[in-house]
Parts: sequence; C-alpha cells; structure tokens
Amino acid sequence: MSKRFVLTFVLVLAGGMFAPVFAQGTGAESINLEIAKWSIITAGFALGIAAGLAALGQGKAVSAAAEAIARNPGAAGDVRGALILGLVLIESLVIYVLLISFLLFFFKPFSG
Amino acid sequence: MEKLEHPLWIVDVINAVLGPPVKAALEALGFHIKAEHGIVIPNYLVMVMLIVAVLTVLSLIIRSRLSVENPGKLQIVFEDGLTAVGNLLEEWIGPKGRSFLPLIATFGIFILFGNYMGLVPGLMAPTSNINVTLGCAITTWVYYHFHGIRAQGIVGYVKHFWAPPGAPWWIGFLYFPIELVSHAARVMSLSLRLFGNIFGEEMVILILFTLIPFLVPLPMMFLGLITGALQAFIFVLLSTIYLQGAVAVEHHEDEHAHDAPSGRQAPAAA
Repeated sequence: MSKRFVLTFVLVLAGGMFAPVFAQGTGAESINLEIAKWSIITAGFALGIAAGLAALGQGKAVSAAAEAIARNPGAAGDVRGALILGLVLIESLVIYVLLISFLLFFFKPFSG
Repeated sequence: MEKLEHPLWIVDVINAVLGPPVKAALEALGFHIKAEHGIVIPNYLVMVMLIVAVLTVLSLIIRSRLSVENPGKLQIVFEDGLTAVGNLLEEWIGPKGRSFLPLIATFGIFILFGNYMGLVPGLMAPTSNINVTLGCAITTWVYYHFHGIRAQGIVGYVKHFWAPPGAPWWIGFLYFPIELVSHAARVMSLSLRLFGNIFGEEMVILILFTLIPFLVPLPMMFLGLITGALQAFIFVLLSTIYLQGAVAVEHHEDEHAHDAPSGRQAPAAA
C-alpha cells in the first residue's frame, strides 16, 4: 500500500471518470456503450465491497458465538439459533447486492 | 438471460398435453399470452405442479403404511422433520404454536424440494424464479397478519403497530411509519433472499459448467445441498418469528418478560 499504489488507483479512477470527455462520438450509441461498460464495472465492485464487509461482520458474529459457546457450553443451542438468525440477516444484504449486480451485469438497465 | 434457459423435456411434454386447453381457457377469460415455441405453461409452474404431485403421492404412500409398532424409514424421516418444525414453533410462539404447523411445515417441505430440484438433471429449481418465492412470501405475510388480527383483535393489532409496550403514546408518530416500512420490507426480504440464493447458486453452477464441464461444478453443487436445506430452514424460522411478533399478546411488565409464555424475545429484524 505504497504511495505509488494510491496514486495509480486515483489516476485510474480519474481516468475512468473523465473517459466520457475523451470519448470520440457524442451519439446515443457511444453513451449506451459507456453506460453498459460502467454497469459491468459497478456490478463487480459492488459485489466485492458487499461480500468483503459482510464477511467482516459475519466473522465478528461467529467469533463472538464461538467464545460464548466456549464459556458456557450449556447455552450452545440458544447461541446457535441466534447466530444463524444473525448470519442470515447479514447475508441477505449481500444477496440484495448480488441480485442488483446480476441485474446490472445481464440486463444493463438505462443503456437503452 | 433468456438464452440460458434450456428447454426441458418435461415442460415440452406437459405443454403438449395441457398447453392448448389452458390457452383456450385463458383466452376465454380475456388473457392473451404470447406462446413462444408452443410453451404456454412456463418452466417454474410445471416444476411446482411436479412438486405438488410428488409430495401428494409420497404423503399418500406414507399414510397407507402408517404404523406405530413398525414405522417405515420414510415415516420416521417425515415424523422427525415435522417434529422439528413443531418444536421450533412451540419454542418461539408458546404452547399454541403447534396450531400453525400445517402452513409453516408445508412451506418448509415445498421449499426444500424446490431447492433440491435444481440439482436433478432435467429439472430446474422453481425457487430460482421470483414469482414462486414472492408467492410464498406474500402468503406468509397475509397469514401472519390474519393470525395477528385474530389473536389480538383489529384494534389491539393496530395498537401494537403504534407503540411498543411501555413507551409513551406519542412515540407512535415516529414508530408507526417505521413499523409500516419494516412490515412491507418483510415481503421483499423473504422473497428476495430465497430467490437470490437459489438463483445465484444456479448461475454459479452454470458459469462453472460453461468454463470446465467436468468435475469442477461438483463442489458448488455440494454447496447447493447445504444452501438448499439452510434456506428452507431460514424461511421457516423467519415465518415463525413474524408469526410470534404478530400473535404474541403483550405483557406490560417487562421484568417478567422471561416468564412470558411466548418463549424467546423476537429481535427487531426485518
């Protein structure tokens, strides 16, 4: 994570943002192409970010549950129930993002 | 996406037999459907009908062989499954929870079979279509509201939307819209969770299959076994929790919440 990495990242982002300015044609077709391209990029990044953050959250939940079971094995059943419920509710957020990225990836809305 | 749906022979057969009468009946009612390649009844409906037929036949077979002294293997499996769902209902809702067993257990079995159907060659998972999961979710939603109104009366039920027990009455101005949105979101969350899981599952298997069509999709299919059972269980669990939230008669002394017959406390979850 050096300075050079950050610089490159920012440059790539900026290049992506200003790419339409440099794009040659100004017709509807090139705009559609542009939107389709960004749909795919957005789909990938959205799912990546969502999966990463949800994995952090689920890891926290699982570690807390494991500690609780280790301290009080008698309560394992209750802890497991609460754990599954929590994991499901965290995971459903990722599923929403998955559906949205499927939508973006395969149907490419807004691109005419 | 449409290209990805390969024709299934069973769908072709059913459409060849039932297609023309169904189309004639629908057109008599004023619906006009565009039949592509002679497919009037879509894939998922054929699969749902297949599940209903298989489950009916299975249940009839089990019923004809019911015995106390010498239970068959199938009977034991079904008894264990139903007992597990019944215990779940009793644990969350209380002693009268078992009266909700028919619908909740039916959803569990239906969704389990639906999820596992996608792993059988020549069939597809009906739960990977949004219409089927949305149907299940809306039925659950109507069912728990109906039982909430029946248990608390319509005034009591609306009051339970207005303010949580022990809160001042004016909190309702804040609480009521939030509750409305939360209850509306339950339909979306129930249906989209199931649909997204199974659909994503099938897409992953399909994509892996187009890349390397040998042995590589197998681990994903094994994962599909786990996900299918888990999603069916989760649908049952969430329906139970929603039912508990609707049916539970509120006790105003919060210190004794643990002694309440309504088992556990529901989390504030959508």
